[in-house]
Amino acid sequence: MSEEGKPVRRPRTPRETQELVERSLRRRYGAERRFRAYGLCAVILGIAFVAFLFATILAQGVSVFRQAYVQLDVFYDPEVIDPSGTRREDDLRLADYEALVRTALRAEFPGIEGRRDVRQLTRLVSSGAAHELQRRVLANPGLVGQRERVWLLASADVDLLLKGEIARDEIGEEGRLSEEQLAWIDTLRERGRLELRFNRTFFVNGDSREPEQAGVRGAVMGSFFTLLLTLILSFPIGVAAAVYLEEFAPRNRWTDLIEVNINNLAAVPSIVFGLLGLAVFIGFFGLPRSAPLVGALVLTLLTLPTIIIAARAALKAVPPSIRDAALAMGASPIQTVVHHVLPLAMPGILTGTIIGMARALGETAPLLMIGMVAFIVDVPSGFTDPATALPVQIFLWSDSPERGFVERTSGAIIVLLAFLIVMNTAAVLLRRRFERRW
Amino acid sequence: MNDSATLDESRIRSAGAEPHADAPRARAAERLAGGEFSTVGDVTVPDPIFSCRHVNVYYGEKHAIRDVSIDIARQEVLAMIGPSGCGKSTFLRCLNRMNDTIPSARVTGSILLDGRDIYDRKQDVVQLRARVGMVFQKPNPFPKSIYENVAYGPRIHGLAADRVELDEIVHTSLQRAGLWDEVKDRLSQPATSLSGGQQQRLCIARTIAVNPEVILMDEPCSALDPIATARIEDLIDELRATYAIVIVTHSMQQAARVSQRTAYFHLGSLVEVGPTERIFTNPRHRLTEAYITGRFG
Ligand SMILES: Nc1ncnc2c1ncn2[C@@H]1O[C@H](COP(=O)(O)OP(=O)(O)OP(=O)(O)O)[C@@H](O)[C@H]1O
Ligand SMILES: [Mg+2]
Repeated sequence: MSEEGKPVRRPRTPRETQELVERSLRRRYGAERRFRAYGLCAVILGIAFVAFLFATILAQGVSVFRQAYVQLDVFYDPEVIDPSGTRREDDLRLADYEALVRTALRAEFPGIEGRRDVRQLTRLVSSGAAHELQRRVLANPGLVGQRERVWLLASADVDLLLKGEIARDEIGEEGRLSEEQLAWIDTLRERGRLELRFNRTFFVNGDSREPEQAGVRGAVMGSFFTLLLTLILSFPIGVAAAVYLEEFAPRNRWTDLIEVNINNLAAVPSIVFGLLGLAVFIGFFGLPRSAPLVGALVLTLLTLPTIIIAARAALKAVPPSIRDAALAMGASPIQTVVHHVLPLAMPGILTGTIIGMARALGETAPLLMIGMVAFIVDVPSGFTDPATALPVQIFLWSDSPERGFVERTSGAIIVLLAFLIVMNTAAVLLRRRFERRW
Repeated sequence: MNDSATLDESRIRSAGAEPHADAPRARAAERLAGGEFSTVGDVTVPDPIFSCRHVNVYYGEKHAIRDVSIDIARQEVLAMIGPSGCGKSTFLRCLNRMNDTIPSARVTGSILLDGRDIYDRKQDVVQLRARVGMVFQKPNPFPKSIYENVAYGPRIHGLAADRVELDEIVHTSLQRAGLWDEVKDRLSQPATSLSGGQQQRLCIARTIAVNPEVILMDEPCSALDPIATARIEDLIDELRATYAIVIVTHSMQQAARVSQRTAYFHLGSLVEVGPTERIFTNPRHRLTEAYITGRFG
């Protein structure tokens, strides 16, 4: 092969080259197979975790959709609720509805006398039952003097017993069910007067100290108002900022600085935004505490970097030839952006927005800082009403000692996930619409 | 293809001193250029639509166009030829200020459109681009329907009073671009579903829909098969009656077929300009000859 010690390469024959290629091919295919296996493992692992998460939450939470109700024959005794006979709303509001419940229960079990027994009997029914009667009378004052058969909320202990969350032999502990109460429960069930029904309360009530009366409505509305305002604020601001930075701003030190800072902001822990919101919006501007308005402002700050970064990436991905085409047709820069670039970038922008909104929906820490963690019973009806949000509600309930809140916590998580799925579905549908415009 | 890659300016200049039949005009050109003229052949035409003098383009530090002076006549096709990277596209993009979109690009010298400097502060770019249309090398229809592609220009410039007139403009534009028969039943379909040649003709239709005075074409046929190319060449020939057309091409045959004047660029300089027939049969500059014969031989 070599003369004078210098190796001289004989050129390879095609056959030899073929063999080399074949050998390397085998290696390449091997690598490919391995890589595909890794990918598959990762996907399966991911799905397994998600399935585990969903399964545990569903297992703990589905029971919240049913709730123990007692059916009682209620007589809206005018003597009790409207002794003056005026039917004035204020009088009706202040009447003693618990007495109506008590009377109805005693009518169910005529033999019971004695204060202790009566108190035990009334404990089977939630204190929310009286509210329910009040609500009915206020909605329809004509009920006074009438007799009505209504399903009323049972107490948390009865509910847990019916769901098998507490065993019958757990009785005797303080606060738990006594022998007599168990007997009454059995009687009521035999008569078909006590059963698990769809839990409307959970969806129409705000928070409560009593687990059986606590509902997610307040938190859902709080989250809804907060997110709506966050979207209204952050989407146009984010898109406008991205369009300006990507399409109009000159490339210089200032824009570089802005870009670096936006990227940094995206990585700032959310609690810092909460502190900022507390200091600026509440401390300086004097906006109300615990309001969705302030929550939305804070979450807007939080989601803006995400939206801007995603929108810029989407704008960057629009082929320059489209811009050239539009500009060469005599479109002004803003027409070029609005007519051609933005529609093409919209799917990407929407994806970024939904990621930002999903993050905002799940955010707890900054909301704690601005007081959306308060115990609020009323369902908020506007942007400045005190409110809490779903993740904060979950946090609060998971912290509550009462046993009945365990399923509420999981139930609220289910509602949160449903909220998320609805949002994502809307985004996907919207994106489809834009994509179909080629 | 060229034996010497670097451009020897002095040789160009010496070759440029050439007796010309049209003596007064040559003298005028000489005067305009301030004696520094380096292009072979007569760059001037009577009553030009475009008149470019001492145009230099820089991309940052890079000097991409060097002191180019040339007139562009009305109702004529000017072909720009030259090796890759010599600045044909750059020069073409100066004429409708598409270079404005490149942040590093800087243009000096004067480019007069009908006697008005298009780089003047008062010149409106949108209006300029409505007067000077452009067809790109790669077909770039908007990702909208065929109809919308053609209707877009008239719509933004407010050329159609109503839907009927707009339909009319779309119809005639497509017809003139030789595309009507192929697309008349599918106007609402996406333009991207057309073939490459059809897309390029759609881009031409889109350009003529705003009725510009000049059409710039940057290698419009480079991605097309001979049949589509022939159709576009026919179209150019027909459009010449109404528009001034500047076409960049890598095909000598195409330049010879469609153009009346040819300009040869080399490393950013305009080396030679002249009637197409003369350039191809009797190039005066050594570089022009090398390029042309290199391609033919
Ligand atoms: N955006 C840009 N930034 C920097 N340099 C550029 C840019 N565009 C073009 N150039 C340079 O300017 C010179 C001329 O480019 P141009 O695109 O005008 O050449 P061309 O003659 O059109 O070539 P081709 O025939 O390959 O299209 C080239 O050297 C190129 O590298
Ligand atoms: Mg080019």
